[in-house]
Amino acid sequence: MSTTASKRQEQLNTRERVKASFAPPPAGTGPSAGRSSADRTGTGRRELLGGALAVAGVILLALLPLLNIHLPGVLPSPTYEPGALQLMALCLLMGAAALTYHLLIGVVGLLSFGHALYVGAGAYVLGILLERTGMGLLPAMLVTLAVVVILANLTGAVALRVSGIPFAMVTLAFAQAGSVLVRRNPRGATGGEEGLSLNTDQVPALLVGVSNSRNLYWLALAVLVVIYLVVRWIQSSRAGHLAAAVRENENRVRVLGLKPYLAKLLIFVVSGTLAGCVGMAHLLLQSGAVPKTVSADFTISLLVMVVLGGVGSRWGAVLGGVLYTLLDQRLTVLAQSEVIGALPAVLRVPLSEPLFILGTLFVLVVLFMPGGLAGWVRRLSTRFGSGRGRTEDPVRVLEQAA
Amino acid sequence: MSTAPEPTTATGADTEVPVLAVSRLRASIDGQQVVEDVSFAVPAMGITALLGRNGVGKTSSIKAILGLIRRDGGTVELGGEPIHGLPTHRIVQRGIGYVPEDREVFAGLSVAENLRLAERDDSPRRELVESLFPDLVKRAHQAAGTLSGGQQQMVSLARALLNDNRVLLVDEPTKGLAPKIVSEVAEALAEAATTVPILLVEQNLSVVRRLAAGAIILSDGKVVHTAESAESFLDDEDLVTRHLGVGTEGGRAS
Amino acid sequence: MSTVVLLLVTGLGLGAVYFLVSSGLSLIYGLMGVLNFAHGAFLTLGALIGWQTASLIGAGTWAGFLLSLLIGCLVGALLASLTEFVLIRPLYERHIEQVLVTVGLNLAAIALFEGIWGTDPVYIDGPAWMGMTTDILGAQTPNHLFITILIAVLVLVGMVVFLKKTRYGMIIRAGVENRSMVTALGIDVRRAFTLVFMIGGAAAGLGGVLASHYFGYVSPMLGGSLLIFAFIVTVIGGLGSLPGAAVASLLVGVLQQFTNYYWGFGDFVVIILLAVVLLTRPAGLLGRKAVATA
Repeated sequence: MSTTASKRQEQLNTRERVKASFAPPPAGTGPSAGRSSADRTGTGRRELLGGALAVAGVILLALLPLLNIHLPGVLPSPTYEPGALQLMALCLLMGAAALTYHLLIGVVGLLSFGHALYVGAGAYVLGILLERTGMGLLPAMLVTLAVVVILANLTGAVALRVSGIPFAMVTLAFAQAGSVLVRRNPRGATGGEEGLSLNTDQVPALLVGVSNSRNLYWLALAVLVVIYLVVRWIQSSRAGHLAAAVRENENRVRVLGLKPYLAKLLIFVVSGTLAGCVGMAHLLLQSGAVPKTVSADFTISLLVMVVLGGVGSRWGAVLGGVLYTLLDQRLTVLAQSEVIGALPAVLRVPLSEPLFILGTLFVLVVLFMPGGLAGWVRRLSTRFGSGRGRTEDPVRVLEQAA
Repeated sequence: MSTAPEPTTATGADTEVPVLAVSRLRASIDGQQVVEDVSFAVPAMGITALLGRNGVGKTSSIKAILGLIRRDGGTVELGGEPIHGLPTHRIVQRGIGYVPEDREVFAGLSVAENLRLAERDDSPRRELVESLFPDLVKRAHQAAGTLSGGQQQMVSLARALLNDNRVLLVDEPTKGLAPKIVSEVAEALAEAATTVPILLVEQNLSVVRRLAAGAIILSDGKVVHTAESAESFLDDEDLVTRHLGVGTEGGRAS
Repeated sequence: MSTVVLLLVTGLGLGAVYFLVSSGLSLIYGLMGVLNFAHGAFLTLGALIGWQTASLIGAGTWAGFLLSLLIGCLVGALLASLTEFVLIRPLYERHIEQVLVTVGLNLAAIALFEGIWGTDPVYIDGPAWMGMTTDILGAQTPNHLFITILIAVLVLVGMVVFLKKTRYGMIIRAGVENRSMVTALGIDVRRAFTLVFMIGGAAAGLGGVLASHYFGYVSPMLGGSLLIFAFIVTVIGGLGSLPGAAVASLLVGVLQQFTNYYWGFGDFVVIILLAVVLLTRPAGLLGRKAVATA
């Protein structure tokens, strides 16, 4: 029959196309790459430049605690003092958390409303182990990691049975269960609404106390760098390409007889596990865990960070996380300032609510700056004739999500 | 012959203004190009067939004309006025009747509701529809989802015939129907064609032979052949094999 | 026996509140494919302004209570139609972005409410009769539950009649099934969008006022947890199905009351129910087409 023949031909063509997308691409590019070789060497050079910039950036960040940089309005104190170090460390951790969320929405195209569950699990399980058992920090972290891996596997295996909005709902429901559990304070383990404070008996002195903020800052930076590298590696792996192909067109991948479920689950588990690591670092940095880290609100703030930065872009996610945290913290301080207090109520009330400003900013970005920061930079660089096709268009990635 | 930048009327009658002129139409679904460069014109009379193998962009072209999928370029004119860029409901209000590929009746709505929803004109032609499809009158209060495939096709056709349209876009109306129903549908189309021009996508070539005046043939998202007479095109076995594939139902009589 | 009756009626009351919130969510999702996170803001604002109105003319009076219902309903409808018109419409057919703007709106709106009304819950009361109880088979049942259930039933009947008997209702039912075919019949489906937002917002506003009587307080946080359960109800019932939302609301409300009373983990049971329903019937209890049989 001609129909079957032409269908088979079509299938073959598609198989070729998807296969081509599995061919090892230059690191850090999307699967839909189809460039000429001249273009590719250009990309290679840009890759090199980008890598050099990234290394320089990390070195600069690592040196910050040793420098005396004062950024009034942005940081509460010079960079070597604990106040600034705490804030900067939190920014880096949130950048890392956003990066783990990027794996879901930007790579697999999954809109999860339950990512906070894994961050919270990392923080609370480690906190409880340190509180209730005599375990040392490292073994406790390993056990926590195992717990998070199992949790992510179980919840992911169920949630990935559905996709789109139902997936969002199932993940939301799981996280809600975690949130309820934490607030219920079973056997006094989680501390309920008060939260759990870190038992420092087994934590090396280097990571305890305000005087060691510098070390905690470096820890946060290390977490961010490691997570960045893992995310990058996952994206360039076979599973990463399959997941991206699924995001672009799930049916096409299914027609080929490839099973996207396992690739999706793998990335889901990696993402959850990395989020658990962020949670553990968060526990150490904040000297405790609060129920907010398991709440739907926290997942939503991760979503806001990634969208602000530009869906599908790794550095966008990090930047979004840093900016969001910085704004949230500084706007809270600003809200208590005299400048705001002196304003008439019409202005004072909205301006003293950081989330009002952030929420409004988010709506404006979605409406008027599609693709977030990464999309904006992309448009700028296209206008000036460089950066063509280097990264995926965040607007398109977002359209493919869910 | 690979591209046709200017619309060419299938019947070749130069004096006639085509009712629908499509020029250099490009369209995509989910970022994938499905209509690459389509230009054709539908004459103001009779039935024009839009033919081609599966997946060459026939349905997509029709959807792009209606604005149901994203148009990336090209123009569409209805009676000389540009309609591309209008939202779908405005395009339809200009006078296009649409009978979609899989009938797409509203399964949960009754037959009467399906028809009432389609009424755009102040005086819809209910009598015409009732005389063409007496079955639907009897089943007015039945949920359309419980009808047989043939009856659903009647509902779908009736929705397009209720209004005074300038052209009908009819996509595979006989797909999956029993031979007896096929000829009923064909009869209804022939009757309709006496008052309104029709662009017809049809796989059943004996139906095409019976109904169509001209034919437009698509391949890989492009117009590859325009025939002034559908019949003589179908008689040319070479052309048929080349454009519609080996072993098509071209010879099959029903 | 009396405990069972009491649990049943309080469960029905909770289910009634869930229905008022989830019916709009379900219709909006069914027609437009938008999961509306701002729904919690609609109901919260309805509750807050409803309560303010009631306390102005006397919270203990029937006039105050009825006016608070009316105002809550109007406020919800107004905020919802504004949301559709200003935020949703410009992002036509871009569903993820539409969800994102509702997320942002919810963040901003709740923060603004906290700025205006403070974060502490305000304990409220209504007409004296509502605070009293009625004996049903030995169960001392709070009277406010009857009003909540009655209003939810009226809203359900009203919605069904509207969907069944009016042209716009017909357009909405058709649009839930197949939106693009509705536009291909020459109908501007966007008007139906504004309409479902308005109807959903009105029901949510009513639900906000009644929820504040059910829980005994108003606070800007009222919408947050209710919204999550309303989402769950919507998915269990089948996104887009009004009867599904009604059935699932009752099921979840009653189940939650019983398990909370006997075992103390009602919230978990609901989440397990959601997982089970999704794994066995991914389209929900009454699936997609069920709206039409309303």
